[in-house]
Amino acid sequence: MFDLDRWQEIFQTLSKNKLRTALSGFTIAFAILLFTLLFGVGNGLKHTFEKQFASDAVNSVYIYGGRTTKPYKGMQSGRTIQYRNDDEKFINEKFEKEIQFFSPNIQRSMQVIYKGEQNRYTVRGVYPDYQPLESAVIQDGRFLTYLDIERRAKVVAIGRLVEKDLFGNLGGLGKNLNIEGISYKVVGVFNDPGGDNDERYIYAPFSTIQGMYKPNDELDYFGLTFNPEMNVDQALAFSNLLTTLLKEKHNVDPRDQGAIRVRNYAEGTRDVQSFMLVLNVIILFIGIGTLVAGIIGISNIMVYIVKERTKELGIRKALGATPKSIVGMIMLESIFVTALAGYSGLMIGVFTLRALGDTLEKYFILNPSVETYVVVGATVVLIIAGTIAGYIPAKRASRIKPIVALNDE
Amino acid sequence: MIKIEKLHKSYPIGKDSLHVLKGLDLHIKEGEFVSIMGSSGSGKSTLLNIVGLLDGHDEGNYYLNGQKIENLDEKKAAILRNKFLGFVFQSFNLITYKTAVENIALPLYYQGMGRKERQKIAMQYLDKVGLKDRANHLPSELSGGEKQRVAVARALATKPKVILADEPTGALDSKTSHAVMELLKEINREGMTVFVITHEEDIAEQTDRIVRLKDGVIISDEKVNKSVNV
Repeated sequence: MFDLDRWQEIFQTLSKNKLRTALSGFTIAFAILLFTLLFGVGNGLKHTFEKQFASDAVNSVYIYGGRTTKPYKGMQSGRTIQYRNDDEKFINEKFEKEIQFFSPNIQRSMQVIYKGEQNRYTVRGVYPDYQPLESAVIQDGRFLTYLDIERRAKVVAIGRLVEKDLFGNLGGLGKNLNIEGISYKVVGVFNDPGGDNDERYIYAPFSTIQGMYKPNDELDYFGLTFNPEMNVDQALAFSNLLTTLLKEKHNVDPRDQGAIRVRNYAEGTRDVQSFMLVLNVIILFIGIGTLVAGIIGISNIMVYIVKERTKELGIRKALGATPKSIVGMIMLESIFVTALAGYSGLMIGVFTLRALGDTLEKYFILNPSVETYVVVGATVVLIIAGTIAGYIPAKRASRIKPIVALNDE
Repeated sequence: MIKIEKLHKSYPIGKDSLHVLKGLDLHIKEGEFVSIMGSSGSGKSTLLNIVGLLDGHDEGNYYLNGQKIENLDEKKAAILRNKFLGFVFQSFNLITYKTAVENIALPLYYQGMGRKERQKIAMQYLDKVGLKDRANHLPSELSGGEKQRVAVARALATKPKVILADEPTGALDSKTSHAVMELLKEINREGMTVFVITHEEDIAEQTDRIVRLKDGVIISDEKVNKSVNV
């Protein structure tokens, strides 16, 4: 139904009335530009927070030991709480339902050598369950398995940066590393969204490290993730109960804050989640506000345009224009201008955001960008608004008797 | 061509209504050159608007080209206007951002005629009113007389049955008035029905028949003695 004549008529009207066209186009382009920029900056803020809290699983809990600060049951303060393998068993039995992944941990800094390249790295003796705790992602090979634990295998999974440091571009998978004089085979390479530090860890089977570096069955601390179906309050109740039970088991004063330390990420998660919610609401509010302002702007201009053209429309009607052709002409003009201007505003916005990139990182704005569906949606809303804004006055203009329109000065 | 029987028209003014046309009877045959004379408020503009299908009537009958006009919706009125009627207004009513030739081509556009043909016909009529060299001028670049000649050409472009001219010389000086009237006479000699509204006696006298209107009724309807014009 493409009517070249009709479009020629519209192009002529638009190009011969440059100020009018520019004015309405500018309103739309500016609204979309603002919308894109605001949304982009808002998303940048969101990205910063996501990155900040993405380093570990959000439902993780860490259990550390320390020294008692209060005398209790005849024991003096200053006693060191040492976790052992029976603590692992104890926690596992008491909280079977609540715990999703669970691993004891022994960690120490060790000298690591590969063919003349050497460096100190933190080596952690863990269970395979530790991988999801750290949000580590295997990129080559595999992580540790329970078979490794059982066999006390001398194997390691190394961070991406460990591989880079020691092996350069050659790849470390299958090679043997010398760690404190003992040879370990590299079975896997992982990366970690937590950043550089988390990618300089070396993971070895818990039993291997314990047997080699700890007297008897001592260990350093535990890491676990709770069942993600629990809400924040349930998670906090869980970690409180865990603390109480461990204090009981180790004869620690219930009021002692130092000896048994349980760090539950849910607490921070709750703050972050409510902060993100507020941020999202603010972004949404500003976005909608900008769009509404744009819609009001284009509506005003369309009303003004039709008013200004009343006489012209009267002439056209006297010369044989049907009401339908009048409405069609004004609406096509309106849609054409809003679509074109909306698209250019969108493009300017997207390119500005792309140009900004990560230059605003110190203001907590990381990778400001907008999802395509958001901007396309916004443009469609404005085009629809432009159509309606054009339709109402156009319809009214088409109803005016030509004689009234002709007398309009 | 135009036949009016007992035509009434009133306009609401607040609660009251103003009875403008009080039962007019008028019959204009094809090829006539008629003028409606009257002072302001006599109802002559209202009559022209009704005849021109720019406004509806309340009572009575109106036949245009043998077709009874009643219950016209805007669309039908627009089509009939485009087909049968050509308008010339006192204030020219050219579209300001279109050139002379584009203005003339506009009614042809609404007839659905192709661009090239529109252009060709518009140029022919522009030539006919002697403004071929002004084709690409905007109305603002034309004198009053030239604008009115463009308007006449536009009225003629669709080959209508009747030309309706509302005070065609009202905004012109006497010299250009004369030129425009000569143009209308020429058109009439070629067989076109021309219907002029004026309050100027000397303009009316250049037509073939003068209908005088006062307070919404026809007070006289007489042929002009041809010898006066010669």
